[in-house]
Amino acid sequence: MRDFVSGLSSIVANIGAVALFLFRILGQVPQALLRFRLVVHQVHNAGALSLVIVMTCGLFVGMVLGLQGYDLLQRFGSESSLGTGAALALAKELGPVITALLFAGRAGTSLASEIGLMRATDQLVAMEIMAVDPFRRVVAPRFIGGVIAMPLLTMIFIAIGIFGVQLIGVQQLGVDQGTFWSQMRGSVDVDDIMQGLIKGVVFGIACSLIAVYEGYTAEPTAEGVGRATTRTVVNSAVLILILDYMITAVML
Amino acid sequence: MTDNLVEIRDVYYSVGGRDIFKGLTLTVPRGKITAIMGPSGTGKTTLLRLITGQIQPTSGQVLVDGKEVSKLSRRDLYALRQRLGMLFQNGALLTDMTVFENVAFPLREHTDLPEELINHLVLTKLQTVGLRGAAKLMPHELSGGMARRVALARAMVRDPELLIYDEPFAGLDPISMGVVLRLLRKVNDALGITSMVVSHDVDEIAQVADISYILAGGKVVASGSPQALKADQSELVKQFMNGLPDGPVPFHYPAADYHSQLLS
Repeated sequence: MRDFVSGLSSIVANIGAVALFLFRILGQVPQALLRFRLVVHQVHNAGALSLVIVMTCGLFVGMVLGLQGYDLLQRFGSESSLGTGAALALAKELGPVITALLFAGRAGTSLASEIGLMRATDQLVAMEIMAVDPFRRVVAPRFIGGVIAMPLLTMIFIAIGIFGVQLIGVQQLGVDQGTFWSQMRGSVDVDDIMQGLIKGVVFGIACSLIAVYEGYTAEPTAEGVGRATTRTVVNSAVLILILDYMITAVML
Repeated sequence: MTDNLVEIRDVYYSVGGRDIFKGLTLTVPRGKITAIMGPSGTGKTTLLRLITGQIQPTSGQVLVDGKEVSKLSRRDLYALRQRLGMLFQNGALLTDMTVFENVAFPLREHTDLPEELINHLVLTKLQTVGLRGAAKLMPHELSGGMARRVALARAMVRDPELLIYDEPFAGLDPISMGVVLRLLRKVNDALGITSMVVSHDVDEIAQVADISYILAGGKVVASGSPQALKADQSELVKQFMNGLPDGPVPFHYPAADYHSQLLS
């Protein structure tokens, strides 16, 4: 019982610490946005450098969806709905969730280890002594960069995914091209896309926050930075799936 | 304006149940080079962290230019820090920038100087440390001694009033050490600033320091000119200044009886 209480209180304390950290970042966001070049650089770091992995995975997820979706739908004789089904699955679930998991693995770890190493090599302390707030110069631009990059990557993942479905469904398995696209256009509306976009933004905030927090609070040793990187991936993955359920439950 | 830029008054500081300082009192006079020496683990670096406001004393006062550091607001602390320069043990250069950009960093962050002037200032400081030719290199391409010289250029680029050196000689080859020593004196005298050097390289410090303090057991055990310290007869000062393995500062970390541990 005692363990349970102390475990619970440490979880609550952690959540409090992350929330305070977020407020401190948000306080520096206007200042960071003024130096747009730094933010653009971080969008490039978190976004453009994750592009290849996101596009490759998007294509293959779409192709698998094409195969599985076709197999399922033909049992009911409704292969023509493949476009609709796959687009909805990609836009509302697979797109944001898988992109976020990839983002946590590619961009999140790189953010956490970069900031952790800056801590371990006294670069953050050096900035503070030079009267430069590391939150404004290091943490906030990276956070904003991640938050901007994540929804963009999500949209790219969804688009490539639909291309993958089409590649298998239409080109290989012979679903009629006209029906595929017109059914999709008829039944997927803006709300569905918005749901994916909202998830992309929320997951972007969650992943970027965890990454910069873990990096910033990492123990300044090789082992500490390693642990921070691991925690970034694990905590992001768990939080993405929990948030996914919560957002879906609210929006459906 | 007081004669002392930094004053430490009866400071107590403990962390994790361990007392680091027990009534530390010392002063850093303006325009002089003050050395802080002492065996490892006596809190020399902790002292620098107190002066720069990274940590706060448990009790006592740390005054920089008459202002109590622990009482300053964040804004005032940052304003004070703009008047300081600090050279870190490992240089602490920002690894994603060139040497030039590292030195230009404080200027870009705190001033709106035109690019031409920044260029001029940075190259002048790099020339002082002999690394104008290395301006385009990245930090990972520098040797340890070079990195420290770049860090020195960065620390003095805004002509600070107080330059703090944390172990500036540790791990340097004799040539680099000589270069840093000469720079220390030259920078202090040419810019008319106050320097504070934390080090345990007794012989090197003796060449440049105007006044030295030896810390042990959480307080100052001896102070004065390097010559006076050399002549000091107390056991601890003699042990430290002459590098004797055993004395008041034990060579061995506290442990159980050697023989009984081996035979158990």
